[in-house]
Formats: sequence, C-alpha cells, structure tokens
Amino acid sequence: MDINPLAVALAIGLGAIGPGIGIGLIGGKGLEAIGRNPEATAKIQSAMILGFAFAEAIAIYALVVALILQFV
Amino acid sequence: MASLHISISAEPLFRLAGITITNSILTTWIVTAGLILFAYLFSRNLKLKGEPSRLQSLVELVVEGLYGLVESVAGRLQAKQLFPLVATFFLFILFSNWSGIIPGAGTIGTHGLIHGESVFIPYWRAPTADINTTLALSLVAMVMVQVYGFRYLGFKYLKKFFDFSSPINFFVGILELVSDLSKVISFTFRLFGNIIAGEILLLVMAMLVPYFGPTPFYGLEIFVGFIQALVFLMLSTVFINMATISHAAGHDD
Repeated sequence: MDINPLAVALAIGLGAIGPGIGIGLIGGKGLEAIGRNPEATAKIQSAMILGFAFAEAIAIYALVVALILQFV
Repeated sequence: MASLHISISAEPLFRLAGITITNSILTTWIVTAGLILFAYLFSRNLKLKGEPSRLQSLVELVVEGLYGLVESVAGRLQAKQLFPLVATFFLFILFSNWSGIIPGAGTIGTHGLIHGESVFIPYWRAPTADINTTLALSLVAMVMVQVYGFRYLGFKYLKKFFDFSSPINFFVGILELVSDLSKVISFTFRLFGNIIAGEILLLVMAMLVPYFGPTPFYGLEIFVGFIQALVFLMLSTVFINMATISHAAGHDD
C-alpha cells in the first residue's frame, strides 16, 4: 500500500494549523489595535503585514515539504 | 487528474554556449529588459517644471509611496542609501510575480524530453516560481545586510557574531550566525512557495472548473504577488536597519 499521498496530506494539513491560528490572532489583534487608535492605522498595518509574512512562512515550509514528497 | 502536469523546477529550453537556458531565465530577461527599457525611455522625457504627464504622476505616486514606507522603517538618513536597493527588489519581484499570471502565457511551448519522458515545456514561467531566482535574490539581500553592517559599524560589526567577553555572549553570537543563515532560507522559500503555490492553485482550479473556476483566484494572485514583493522590501529594510544599529549603543539609551 502506498502511503505517500497520506504523508503529503498530513504534511500540509497539520502544517497549516499553526499558521492559520497565528494569522487569525495577528489579524484580530491588529483590528483591535486599529479600533482603539485609528490614527495609527498605517503603522499597525505595516507591522501586521510583517507578522503575516512570518506566520505564513511556516505554512509555506509545510507546503514545500508536501511538494517535495509529491513530485520529487 | 492524470493530465495535470506540474513541474516545481524550471524546464530547460535550449543550450547557449554550454549553459542551459531554462524558461524562467528567459522570462527573467524579458522582465528585466522591460523594466530597464521603461526606466530609460521614461527618464528621457521627465518634466521637472510645470504639470507632469499622467504617466509621470503615476510613477511619482509609486516611488513616493515606496520611499515613505522605507523612510518610516529605516529613518530619514538611511532611507536615502537603502532606497535604490530595496525598491529595485520590490519592482523586480512585483513584475516577476505578475508576469507568471498573464492568462495563456504558460500555454505556449514545445514538447521536449525530461528524464526520458516527452513532456510539454512552456516558454514562459514566472522568474520567482524558480527556486534559483529567489535564492539569488535572498543571497543578495543578506550579503547587503552584512555590507551595510560593516559600513556603519566597521569591524565592531563582527562582535555581533564573535564575542569572547563571556560564554553567554559567545553562544549568542553563534545564534546570530545561525539566524542570519536561516534568514536566507526563509527569504528563499517564502517567495518561491507563495508563487508556486499560486500557480498550482490556478492549475488545479482550471482542472476542476474550466474557464470560470480560476477567475477569482487571479485576483487573489495579483494581491499575493504584490504582498510578497512588499514583504521582501519590508524585511530587507528591517534586517539592514537592525544590522546597522550598534548592539552596545542600544543598551545606552
């Protein structure tokens, strides 16, 4: 039995949980901060995008592992 | 799903003087030539007095927006030195990302042999969907971080990595070394992964729902391409900014 598809699915599926929670938290907290202090929107947004990028990178690592398992 | 062909590495097209030319290199040349040609032709008829043309207003809007962003992160003095480098990163990555989602561009190609199999090789492939391009970009970015560190701090910059004043500082130095190496890897895979994931997403959507399935995702990919270029600009600015601040000076104030 070939379990490679299962490995691919688990790699990206489990790897996406953490970043999903993280990006949700960043977005939620960012909106909360903008709500408290709308004048600081530009600053908060740029910091928020940086945070997104770091959180999302983890999901991308999982994706790269999944792609390697699938195609290499 | 048998006809779905995805290649995560760039396919070779032809050989030029012993060097294999892949489709992503060809697209890199086209994007670079387009940017250079535009910059050359545009800078020849700049209007410094009176009302600028519509195109000039647009370009000024983009450049001033970028400059404001860099200035807000790096400060006024450094922004002037950093801006040419990081803005070039931004523009090249932006147009590379967007070049990959031109509808139909990936369908023009030939059939060739890869690993003894006859497969379809498109002439067009986004430069950033090739891991060699993103690795090169991230190496340039991280080397420039070290260069700016040396320029601002001199040989004191090395103290960040090799500090023999106490065992704890020594291990912190090793950690800094590893973290700078891992930044190269994370730069590389962040950009590559995002762009290749977008291309695969569009392919799979086109397989599932032909013609109408990928349409909303084209909008998403335009957004992702922009955000990734912005992230590359922001991160390289932040890293250079961090490297130019003396570690000891940070504790004094």
